Amino acid sequence: MNENPDTQARQIMDNLTLYYGPKKKFVAICAGTGCRASGSLKVKEALEAELKKQNLGDVDVLATGCLGFCEKGPMMVIHPDKYFYQHVKVEDVPEIISKTVAKGEVISRLLYRHPETKKTLFREEDLPFYKKQHRVVFGQNGMIDPARIEDYFAINGYQALGKVLSEMTPEDVISEVKKAGLRGRGGGGFHAAVKWEGVRRAHGDPKYVIANGDEGDPGAYMDRSLMEGNPHSVIEGMIIGAYAVGSNQGYIYVRNEYPLAVTHLSIAIEAAREMGLLGKNILGTDFSFDIQITKGAGAFVCGESSALFASVEGRAGEPRAKYVHAVEKGLYDKPTVLNNVETWANVPLIINRGADWYNSIGTEGSKGTKIFSLVGKINNTGLIEVPMGTTLYEIIYDMGGGIPNGKKFKAVQTGGPSGGCIPESLLDIPVDFDKLYEVGSMMGSGGMIVMDETSCMVDVARYFLEFLKEESCGKCVPCREGVRRMSDILEDICAGKGREGDVELLETMGKAIADGSLCALGGSAPNPVLSTIRYFREEYDAHIRDHRCPAGVCKALIRYSIDAEKCTGCGVCVKVCATKAISGEKKKAHVIDKDQCTRCGACIQSCKFDAINVK
Amino acid sequence: MTKPISVAAKTRQIVKKHGGGKSAMIAVLQDIQEAFNYLPKEALKTAAKAMNVPMSRVYEAATFYTAFSLKPRGKHIVKICKGTACHVRGAAILQDRFETTLGIKPGQTTADGNFSLETVNCVGACALGPVVVINADYHGQVTINKVDKIIKKINEEGAQS
Repeated sequence: MNENPDTQARQIMDNLTLYYGPKKKFVAICAGTGCRASGSLKVKEALEAELKKQNLGDVDVLATGCLGFCEKGPMMVIHPDKYFYQHVKVEDVPEIISKTVAKGEVISRLLYRHPETKKTLFREEDLPFYKKQHRVVFGQNGMIDPARIEDYFAINGYQALGKVLSEMTPEDVISEVKKAGLRGRGGGGFHAAVKWEGVRRAHGDPKYVIANGDEGDPGAYMDRSLMEGNPHSVIEGMIIGAYAVGSNQGYIYVRNEYPLAVTHLSIAIEAAREMGLLGKNILGTDFSFDIQITKGAGAFVCGESSALFASVEGRAGEPRAKYVHAVEKGLYDKPTVLNNVETWANVPLIINRGADWYNSIGTEGSKGTKIFSLVGKINNTGLIEVPMGTTLYEIIYDMGGGIPNGKKFKAVQTGGPSGGCIPESLLDIPVDFDKLYEVGSMMGSGGMIVMDETSCMVDVARYFLEFLKEESCGKCVPCREGVRRMSDILEDICAGKGREGDVELLETMGKAIADGSLCALGGSAPNPVLSTIRYFREEYDAHIRDHRCPAGVCKALIRYSIDAEKCTGCGVCVKVCATKAISGEKKKAHVIDKDQCTRCGACIQSCKFDAINVK
Repeated sequence: MTKPISVAAKTRQIVKKHGGGKSAMIAVLQDIQEAFNYLPKEALKTAAKAMNVPMSRVYEAATFYTAFSLKPRGKHIVKICKGTACHVRGAAILQDRFETTLGIKPGQTTADGNFSLETVNCVGACALGPVVVINADYHGQVTINKVDKIIKKINEEGAQS
């Protein structure tokens, strides 16, 4: 061992950061899952080949993690000018290199155009989508190739760890995180430092540190983008947490559906080990800690702490009653800290910039920023990071750009299957843990699914209950049987077989299931139903009393017809109709045979004249 | 090419790779499924023996998690994302169309063994919804009218190779 291991830790980190320094000229191309689906890897290959061809081999191409504005992919940012290009194709590459990279000229057709003012905007920060964001956690994605630890050093990566190991006691770390007011980003909003303190004090050895990357809420993918785009931030947070609670072994539990996250985390863990940041005697101190990745196998309930422990232990992911909390008896019945991926990624920031800085952002009870996935019926879909307390209105209209195709906003669903639907009248509420709970929803892991007038709220409730019915582990009766019955009733209502009194029955059952279930899955399962009844009761009544689906979604309650005035007789719908239900002479209005029509939606999606009516 | 290896031998190799402990159960099952595209009965029996756990433990894990299949799966696996974002953008009618085109329901495989249809509760590519993942390829903003084209293209590629 060295004479003064603590100072040595600091020195190693300072040297590394200095050595790798920030890059000057480089092209950052998004290689997150979204942009990959739009072909960004091919663009990246073309960039590299073209740079060589044009003798610009010293310009780096950074395949970064998700940049957030997924809908505009593949996208890239060209540094140092930070020009933002969207929907980039392989054919655009030679011009990008010869003009923008070599001479700093912009290519206006690749720039973002403001939908209202029609002005072209040059940089990320000029775009309405990014303008009001505060991307302290997520913004780093754009500066690093997640597969290169050097890039993370260049943006002061592992500086927080160096500081912790050289200047802070475990108690200091806990009190700093406590002062910052960091609350768990996974759904419950529990204070992270309180958990840490509990585990530090708990008797039992070994102690475990776990990152919950089982992002199960459908419609949420911020954890995926952090694990894929900035894996070292999660790892660094975990190492700091482990030091604070006195743990030597950590796990990252990743969803089965996130193969790229597993790849990037594995590369990052390996690189951290090689650098002496994981393993025995980290940075020359006597603190040792290592991380193992555990892959889930497709079970929503495994996001629940005790089910997750069971799954890591190699068993079926069934939750257990929590008479004793995980901080005392968690994984293998040992004291365990379980925090969500985004929570861990916040930790290095708190240490680097201080608790005072951190708790200056946000609201009274919810500090810092939160990443949301803004998806569904919204113009600008993608991931956004905003200070806690930003209003839903700002998120949906200022950043999200409102609802597409001139449709009317109906609701925003937050909190996944445990959350609820929030109506237009509440768009002014500031989004934080407590406010969302007050209005009958919850933060969850940060999914925000926007719905317009063509989304049926009864169908949404049915959808979530069907989801929960399938995902209920079956261990306790209220959840297994109760959720199934609620799902049956909703199924009936959507099929036009609803009865008077169904809504009241759903409410009574909902309360009983919430009270009687073993874990949070059942405990919050009725929320999507209760919140839609609370705010959209008239839609339930329309289904039950009038056998009508006002949004035009529930197949048993709707009919398709063709608007004779709008129809041009182009015949496209005739071609796509699978049941040959549409007929008519060319260039004359067509008709739909209601008996043949299965209401599959093919004609609606293919009609360019908006001539298909749904009633 | 290495010479073909028996199901039992491959399974023992996998168990060994994961250290033989029962906490590696899920990782072992994942590797078995990756090797054989499903979980063959023989592999499960061998794994139980090699890990020194009752067959019921293996079966419990194999049937609890939706990612595992006890039946052989098709050459191409079509996964329709049923996340909320995809749902509000029409995943249900998309699923109907895949069912009609392929003539199978989720969890089934076509008679020629070419396609299996599965649904998944969110693949985390929500901005591109509705999303369909075929093998490892993500297809974003899929419309009903693209379904036949996608399937046709895969069939043609299969015929060429």
